Amino acid sequence: MSEDVDQGRRKFLTAATYATGALGAGFAAVPFVASWAPSARAKALGAPVEVDVSTLEPGMLTTVQWRRQPVWVVRRTRDMLERLATLDPKLKDPQSEDSDQPDYARNEGRSRNPEYLVLVSICTHLGCLPKQRFQVGVGEGGPDWPGGFFCVCHGSRFDMAGRVFKGSPAAANLRVPPYSFVNDSTILIGDDDAPAKGVA
Amino acid sequence: MADASSTAAAGGRRGRLYDWLCQRFPIEAFMRSQLLEYYAPKNFNFWYYFGVLALVVLVLQIVTGIFLTMNYKPSEAEAFGSVEYIMRDVSWGWLLRYLHSTGASAFFIVIYLHMYRALLYGSHKAPRELIWIFGMLIYAALMAEAFFGYVLPWGNMSYWGAQVIVSLFGAIPGIGEPLVEWIRGDYSISDITLNRFFALHVVALPLVLLLLVVAHLVALREVGSNNPDGIEIKKVTDRNGKPLDGIPFHPYYTYKDLVGVGIFLILFAMVVFFAPTFGGLFIEPPNFEPANPLNTPEHIAPVWYFTPYYAILRAVPDKLTGALLMGAAVLVFFFLPWLDRTRVRSIRYRGLSYKIALALFTVSFVALGWLGLQPAEGLYVLLARIFSVIYFLFFLAMPFYTGRFEKTKPVPERVTSHA
Repeated sequence: MSEDVDQGRRKFLTAATYATGALGAGFAAVPFVASWAPSARAKALGAPVEVDVSTLEPGMLTTVQWRRQPVWVVRRTRDMLERLATLDPKLKDPQSEDSDQPDYARNEGRSRNPEYLVLVSICTHLGCLPKQRFQVGVGEGGPDWPGGFFCVCHGSRFDMAGRVFKGSPAAANLRVPPYSFVNDSTILIGDDDAPAKGVA
Repeated sequence: MADASSTAAAGGRRGRLYDWLCQRFPIEAFMRSQLLEYYAPKNFNFWYYFGVLALVVLVLQIVTGIFLTMNYKPSEAEAFGSVEYIMRDVSWGWLLRYLHSTGASAFFIVIYLHMYRALLYGSHKAPRELIWIFGMLIYAALMAEAFFGYVLPWGNMSYWGAQVIVSLFGAIPGIGEPLVEWIRGDYSISDITLNRFFALHVVALPLVLLLLVVAHLVALREVGSNNPDGIEIKKVTDRNGKPLDGIPFHPYYTYKDLVGVGIFLILFAMVVFFAPTFGGLFIEPPNFEPANPLNTPEHIAPVWYFTPYYAILRAVPDKLTGALLMGAAVLVFFFLPWLDRTRVRSIRYRGLSYKIALALFTVSFVALGWLGLQPAEGLYVLLARIFSVIYFLFFLAMPFYTGRFEKTKPVPERVTSHA
């Protein structure tokens, strides 16, 4: 009786059954895996936020929350901007080639308008919040410090455009979120393309 | 053992019920094979308490955990407050919580000593590789369990600890950032993250842990325990096949272990009642402040049991390499049975090369643990680098300093001491 068994056919059917089962298990896993993605509510709470920068003095920083992450808006002084050009040899990624930013912020100042720097203030190393150290030659960076940000958790240092200095554990520059100017004194964070106010 | 007459006096009824059960469920066969006729080496010493202690702590964590769940609320708005509520308003809630938080640290203390016992007496060597692998899986699951549990009180260190650890996955090239977002379920650590970590902490990982503990014990019962002499007791048996150097697990080791458990519980209670935060080591001061996404604590350090790996992570000035080395520091343990080429198991008969290597490793592990609590600057970073190199050399150079060139002493036929 058993001599009549077609072994090849039996192996094929066994393999086909396994394959079908595995495929089914794969499909069945999709809803479970996908349920971990940000929910509709999380996405809705992550909507763009507006910042009024009309009261922001040169050299000052304000923090807003977008998608619950702190975002800095810095109004840079002329001094700060001029110093940026001199730092290239000290930086890991001076041209922001391996960093995360919208195309319009892939320049020396990493901004749409050089005067305003917008950064997600989460260290690209392990997610701490760096502290502002805008004063030149003061603090952890030593006498050569050109002003910027310092992360107390693991010692990463960034310049006034959020570009990371060599010798820091962070590999990439601070992230620039998508943003746009609604008008001269209002920034919309989280949207590349703000509709002009009052229109619509 | 109760004397025979009282057992007989309890009489027919207990006997009949027992018989009824035994015909339907293998109680007696189980007791016989696992306790009464399971022969353990007679020379177990101090180092052999930590397995049973780990089991005691596991039960303690499950029981206290269940009762904490009855008052804890896994939501961003309520988590911190509900823990304070447990501490202040729930009758004996403070005790349940301190038992649970101290239990977490105690778990790691006994597990580290349990693992160290293997390094001392070669318990990871053939035929016990699988016991070691299951043990390491338990250790890995325990680390995940401890991490998720640490996030639940939603203090500021919970929040930023979660932020740092979850960010580690962002170091993986290509899929890093989407993966991090998937783990968090949000654009930053939030209510959603807390809720899923709660599910993992109270349901998923405890089930995994229990399953792994069963696998660990089944593998152990299959090959039998090692002992401080590293001798296979099954080799020398009497006419009935009973090992001459073995004694029945029950009553000998059940009662001996009870003494060990008693002493452990005394020490444990002292910590719970007199030093539950253990000077900021078991519960860190920033965690008495609610989570604040806009304020990183000045100095982020994980709880003490993770600090050796954290020190390795911070010793590297590059995120990806640091994260990889940190992972490798845990993973490398899995390969120990094959990296160790020794011909003898126990440190009593091993060569000087292994003794020196183990001493250096012990110093490095403790030193890294201390360095992980210090700020990452200057001399601390340099020391962390030196000790990280020793840590990895202990494993990677092992095939060379163990095995053929290791000058071992002759191993006796029979175990050498009674304990």
